[in-house]
Amino acid sequence: MFGEIIKGLGTTLKHLFMPPVTIQYPEQKRPVRTRFKGRHELKRYDNGLERCIGCSLCAAACPADAIFVEASENTDEARYSPGERYASTYEINMLRCIFCGYCEDACPTQAIVLEHNYELSFYDRASAIYTKEMLIVDVPVNGRATPQVVEPGVFTRSIPDMENPK
Amino acid sequence: MSDLITLTIDGTAVSVPKGTLVVDAAKKIGNDIPVFCYHPKLEPVGMCRMCLVEIGLPVRDRATGELVLNADGTPQVNFGRTLQTGCTIVVSEGMVVRTNTQPVDEARESVIEFLLSSHPLDCPICDKGGECPLQNLTMAHGAGTTQMDYSLKLKMDKHVPLGELIYLDRERCIQCARCIRFQEEIVDDPVIRFHNRGRSLEIVTLSDPGFDSYWSGNTTDICPVGALTTSDFRFGARPWELIPVASISVHSPAGANLTFSTRREAKSGGRSVIKRVLPRQNENVNEIWIHDRDRFVHQFADAPDRLQKPLIRKNGQLVEAGWEEAIELVAHKLNGLGEKAAGLSGDRLSNEDLFLFQKFLRQGVKTPHLDLGNRTIMGGDVTAKVGISSGSNLGELGQGDAIVVVASDLHEEEPIWWLRVKQAAQRGATLVILSARPTRLDKFASHTIYYRPGEAVATTRQLLNAAKIAVETAEPDPIKTAADALINAQNLVAFYGAEGLTLAETDTIARLLGNLLLVKGEQPHAGRKNNGLIAVWPHNNTQGAWDMGIHPAFGPGYKALDIPGKDAAAIYAGVQSGEISALYVAGTDPIGDGLLADRGKLDFLVVQELFLTETAKLADVVLPAQSWAERDGTFTSGERRVQRYYPAIPPVGESREDWRILAQIGEKLGLGKTPFAASLVFKEVATAVPAYKGMDYRSLARVEEQWPIIGRSDLYYGGTAYDNKHGLGQQWAAAAEAAAVESFDTADTPTNQPDGIRLIRAAALFTPGTLINHAEVLAERLAKPTLWVNEADASHLQVADGYVVNVAVNGRAVPAIVQMNGKLLKGTAVLRGVPYFPGVVQLEVIGNR
Repeated sequence: MFGEIIKGLGTTLKHLFMPPVTIQYPEQKRPVRTRFKGRHELKRYDNGLERCIGCSLCAAACPADAIFVEASENTDEARYSPGERYASTYEINMLRCIFCGYCEDACPTQAIVLEHNYELSFYDRASAIYTKEMLIVDVPVNGRATPQVVEPGVFTRSIPDMENPK
Repeated sequence: MSDLITLTIDGTAVSVPKGTLVVDAAKKIGNDIPVFCYHPKLEPVGMCRMCLVEIGLPVRDRATGELVLNADGTPQVNFGRTLQTGCTIVVSEGMVVRTNTQPVDEARESVIEFLLSSHPLDCPICDKGGECPLQNLTMAHGAGTTQMDYSLKLKMDKHVPLGELIYLDRERCIQCARCIRFQEEIVDDPVIRFHNRGRSLEIVTLSDPGFDSYWSGNTTDICPVGALTTSDFRFGARPWELIPVASISVHSPAGANLTFSTRREAKSGGRSVIKRVLPRQNENVNEIWIHDRDRFVHQFADAPDRLQKPLIRKNGQLVEAGWEEAIELVAHKLNGLGEKAAGLSGDRLSNEDLFLFQKFLRQGVKTPHLDLGNRTIMGGDVTAKVGISSGSNLGELGQGDAIVVVASDLHEEEPIWWLRVKQAAQRGATLVILSARPTRLDKFASHTIYYRPGEAVATTRQLLNAAKIAVETAEPDPIKTAADALINAQNLVAFYGAEGLTLAETDTIARLLGNLLLVKGEQPHAGRKNNGLIAVWPHNNTQGAWDMGIHPAFGPGYKALDIPGKDAAAIYAGVQSGEISALYVAGTDPIGDGLLADRGKLDFLVVQELFLTETAKLADVVLPAQSWAERDGTFTSGERRVQRYYPAIPPVGESREDWRILAQIGEKLGLGKTPFAASLVFKEVATAVPAYKGMDYRSLARVEEQWPIIGRSDLYYGGTAYDNKHGLGQQWAAAAEAAAVESFDTADTPTNQPDGIRLIRAAALFTPGTLINHAEVLAERLAKPTLWVNEADASHLQVADGYVVNVAVNGRAVPAIVQMNGKLLKGTAVLRGVPYFPGVVQLEVIGNR
């Protein structure tokens, strides 16, 4: 019996000298997998225009009814996205979201992407609603902020042209 | 039974009336043959080729004409070598149709592939996406792949305004011509056309302003793709996010059935708002069409200037107050006033509101003085007796029937009736028009009789007298031939309006036409189905106001009162003389309408309104009412059809239903507890008004199967109009249906027949007004004040096209732009797009340039 106790304590002792598995979150963060589904981001094109065209298909696909979109019309004097339509209101209720990624699948312009941020905590329900300003990514280095003033007739299409199957 | 044809569609035998098309026959048994260009309300053209099916006919022996039989005894069927279009082929006896064979499937795949060859597939941003026949049929019948080269897709303009109301996306158009055919065949406004040929084919508008038609919105309903969309709903919401709510037009005396699409919106602070208005099918009323006023005028319901809280005048200023205080004050002030008080209401209010309005005044305040604030046309008591009979449908009139229209421009006053009358005339009904000027309906009339302004009564009397005489006159007299055509018709419907007439004249005309319906003594037209009188009321519920007893001489249900009260004119005089010391105004604006100059000697003025009108600005208490979009209730149409509408949006501010406000003040005056729902008020109405007996909210919500089948799952077939799930309404029976009616007393009315050029006012559909002015999209279409004169008269007046003149009307100067109108009779001038004035005045032009 005494031998078993020694054996057990030996295991404990062994573990004392092993490198720790715990990390000092939030000072330390462990990288997530590439396909990790965290908080959504609304992407932009390289020129700074928003990819989102306010089509609301993400909201339609959402099984938790977490997304709310309202669209408005672009003009060449105030252009947010290519084509005629952009999202003037875009809200995701993070308390409702189940991070299933259906919105990403539904998006015709790859505007919404579930990225790697998993740090979502709120003090009240209202702050769980992420608005478009919170979701949209920063303007790329060579791009311009939206709304942009653009030349007429350049950005006439919301959805990139289809390519012939190869 | 000989009119029924039996054919077999995919093995199912179906019997349909002679002349039915194969697609319709299939639709009746739930076999959906896909179509794009075909629409059940339009003539078939067979342009899109989507409806290709195999059609086989029984083989007959050439010599004997006998059916050739197979070995097993079934008739031999010859399917021919090619597929045929089901939308253009009329059914025939023994026909066999196959819709689920491989050749048919392949044909459908090819047609879809072809239609999509230049379609942009931008469904995510298309307003039609989600309720698009092309989308649905592609999912159902498309191959999913294409042999076409994507780089050859044409790039065309995506945003072509065909006017301010309708936008065209040239890429999306599949060239089915439904819109063009609708404009041409249905509403006779051929203002859009195809231009160019082949792949460059495009829709262009020929009118200035673009797409100048009162019916333009309907083209977006029947467009099978997102090529035509309304500017009103542009990117407003996705169709699947909308909640449909059944309603009734708040303008249309014909009682057009509508559907509001509502959605909660962040832009409106989280309120549910009306995003668009679509027609709701009611084949007895508006079929599946609504005109642009019904479609685009709804913004007022949610306008920022709506009254939010009760206002009470304190130290000369209107300040916001609580309901309790306001109700207490009004009750206190009106209590015991008796005949010193009077009430005026509008005819846009619901039956429930109007019933409690008269009850509140007659039984609560105990005054007999109440009337409509702005009555322009009489004759409700006549339509109650000989009005169009219950069960009538203007859509059934045709060959052998007759319609007479007196003193009304239906196209401007109620386009729905214009459409129904026009279609009846096209089906073969005799149309007789008595008018002071040419109107859009004349084109379809068999007899058109123009009279000089002021001679309407005399002309109608001539018509009636001519109808009474059986003998043939030697010389052909237009009035006599018209009268004969009317009186010998199987069914007779008479419309009358108030164009250029005084109130007294409209009353006489109603009676004269009533007598016309009774001329055939033993078997009068009146009282039979599809016969009777229709008054072209100015508002949606004028008929209801008559029924509810908003009249100084009648109580609810046309019960004649022993001591009639003062009518509106006498009340206005009483306000000035001090005889009336307190006035209760609900839903009407006498000061804004110019009927009352100021408060006069009133001690107390209460106004119950949506907006701070001119009258409300002078009131002591202003009570905020709910618009019809916020509550439920009933309207009675000019065809005496009682129809229900439903709440679509939450109430604005603290506003309350008109009937509730009246009942709550009435409660303080000893009228008993406030009913807690509109349905209970209607129950009370049904007890008090004999004609409404047996009606309740449940019976008004009844529906029946209607043809053609319109609705959400049948988008490809009838368009985006809604099917009717919320009630077709009930037409109440006119007195003549139950018992013979005595002919009306038609004493001569004094008429004003001034010397010189006679001026009348003509209605315009988009005449500026409180409600329509809130519709931004219609701003450009509002009728500008225009003076139409004949060329001879113009040179006499020394004016020409484009001159801006002031026209003196009853002591006021009305500015107007002169427009030559060669069709006008000499000596007749017309003012259009100006506020209402009755009768005929002598044209006086003050200053011109």
